[in-house]
Amino acid sequence: MNETIAHSILLVSLVKVVVLLFLVLTAVAYLVWFERKVAAHIQGRWGPYRVGPHGLLQPLADGVKFLMKEDATPAGVDRFVYFAAPLLTMTLAISAIAMIPFGPASIHILGVATPLVVANINVGLLAILAITSIGVYGVALAGWSSNNKYSLLGGLRSSAQMISYELSLTLSVVGILLLAGTFNLSELIMRQDGFTWGFLPKWNLLNPTLPQILGFFCYFVAAVAETNRAPFDLAEAESELVAGYHTEYSSFKFAMFFLGEYASMITVACLASILFLGGWLSPFPPTPGLAWTRYIPAAALAIAGVVLIINGAGYLTAFGRIVLPGLGIALCALAFLVSRPSVIDSVQGPFWFLAKVLLVLFIYVWVRWTLPRFRYDQLMRFGWKFLFPVALLNVVLTSLAVVMRK
Amino acid sequence: MTPQLAIFLVLAAIAVAGAVNVILQRHPIHSAISLITVMIALAGLFLLLESEFIAAVQIIVYAGAIMVLFVFVIMLLNAGAEERTNMSRMARYAGVPLAIFLLIELAYQIGAATLSMTPQPPAAEVTRGLSMLLFQDFVFPFELTSILILIAILGALVLAQRGEGVPAKGGQ
Repeated sequence: MNETIAHSILLVSLVKVVVLLFLVLTAVAYLVWFERKVAAHIQGRWGPYRVGPHGLLQPLADGVKFLMKEDATPAGVDRFVYFAAPLLTMTLAISAIAMIPFGPASIHILGVATPLVVANINVGLLAILAITSIGVYGVALAGWSSNNKYSLLGGLRSSAQMISYELSLTLSVVGILLLAGTFNLSELIMRQDGFTWGFLPKWNLLNPTLPQILGFFCYFVAAVAETNRAPFDLAEAESELVAGYHTEYSSFKFAMFFLGEYASMITVACLASILFLGGWLSPFPPTPGLAWTRYIPAAALAIAGVVLIINGAGYLTAFGRIVLPGLGIALCALAFLVSRPSVIDSVQGPFWFLAKVLLVLFIYVWVRWTLPRFRYDQLMRFGWKFLFPVALLNVVLTSLAVVMRK
Repeated sequence: MTPQLAIFLVLAAIAVAGAVNVILQRHPIHSAISLITVMIALAGLFLLLESEFIAAVQIIVYAGAIMVLFVFVIMLLNAGAEERTNMSRMARYAGVPLAIFLLIELAYQIGAATLSMTPQPPAAEVTRGLSMLLFQDFVFPFELTSILILIAILGALVLAQRGEGVPAKGGQ
C-alpha cells in the first residue's frame, strides 16, 4: 500500500517536472518575443512582424534556425569545458525554477493532491541562491575555453561582476529573512498575508515593521547584474568584445546560453514577486465590498480576447485573420471557464503571481532599453561602494526595527 | 540495498574520484572543476544527512564563492598546463611510503571511530540550532575569527601595494 503511494508520488513529480519544463521553455521563447516587441515599441518600431501574425511564430522560426545553423567548433578550444559550459548554464537556469511555488492551491493528478511547486524544500531560498551562485561557471568557463581573447575578457569580467554583486543580492534578502524567519518560499509568502489599515497589503515591500524598499532596490539591481543584462552586460559588450564569452559559440550551443539567460530572468522575476510583492496573494482585501475583484482574472482574459478578435478581423494577411480571432475566441472561452464558481478560487493565486512576474519582467526589459551600459570601473565602484553599503544599511535598519517591535 | 545507501555510494564515488582527479589533472582549470565537483558531491552527502542548510551553504560558500575566486585567478593569470618532472629521489624513497602510511593511519582511525559511533537522529531544526551556537553561545570567538580574516585581507593588500606608494614620474 505504502509502496503504491510512493510510486504514484514519484510519478506525479515526474509529470510536474515535464509540464513545468514545457511551460518554462515556452515562456522563455515568448519572453524573447516579448522583449523584442517591448523594445521595438519603446523605440517607435514594430518589432517582429513577418513570421506569423504579429510575429507570434518568431520564436519557432528562431528555434529552427538555431538547430539548422552550422555548429562550428574553433581550433584550440578545450573541448570538454567548451561543450560543458553551455549545458551547465542552461541546466542550472532551468532547474532553479523547480523551487518556485506558483499558487497556494493543490491540484489533483492521478488521485494525488499535490501543491503547485515541484520541490517545496525547507531552504528553498538558499537552494535558489546556491544554484545562481554556481551559474557563474557557465559564463566564466565558456570564456576561458573558447581560446579567444574577447571571450576570455568577457568571462573574466563576468566572474568579477558576479562575485561582487552576489554579495549585495544575498544581503538584500537578509532583511526579509529577519522579518519572516524562514527559508521556505511558500511560508515566506504566507507571512505577507494581511493588510495594514485594512487596505495596504502587508507585502515585504510595504511591510509594517520596516518597508523593504531599500532591499527591493538592491535586489533588483543586483539581480540585473547577476543575469548579465544591460546596463550590466559587460560580459558580452558587443561594442568592445564582439560578443564576449559566447563569441565562439554557434548554433544550438549559442541557443543554450540564450535560453539560460532568459530562464534566469524568469527565476529572478519570480523570486522578486515572492520575496517583495507577496507572491500569489491578491492585492485586494477579502472584504464583501471587494468580492468583485475575484472576477479580475476572467475580465483580463476576456478583454484580451475581445481585443484580439477586433484586431485580428482587420489583419493584413488571411492567416492572421483566421489565427488571431481564433486565439481571441479561445481566450474568451477560457475567461468564461475561469469565472465559474468551482474554478474561480483556484485561479486567483496563479493569476496574481503571474501578473506580478510579468510586471517585474516588463521593468526588466524596460531598464535594458533605457539605460546605457556601465563602464567597467563604474560597475565595480557602484557595486562595492554604493550597492553593498546600502544593502548592509538595510540589514541593520531591519534588525533594529525587528528588535524594537518585540 | 536501500535507496539512501545507493545514493551515498554514488555521491561518495563522485567525491573520491573528483578528489583524485584534482591531483591527476595537469591543467589548473581542470583541477578546479574537479574540486567543484567534490564540493557539490559533499553537499549531496549533507543532504543525505538531512542537513539542508549545511548543504546549501556548502554550495554557496565553497562551490559558489571560493572556487569562483580560484577560477577567476587562474583565468586572470592565464595559467597554462603545469609541467611534470620526474620524482626526486627523496620523494620516491621517503615520500611515497610516508604517504601510504598516512593514508592507512587515517583510514584506520576513521574506521575505528565510525565503528564506535551510534547513528544520531537528525536535529529537528538544524538552522535554528546552528544560529544559536554561532550568534549566542560562541559569538565572541566567531566575531574574533571574522576580524582575524579581515586583518589577513588588509595585510595582503598592504603587502601587494608595497613599493607603489610613490607614483612613477610621467605616468598616472
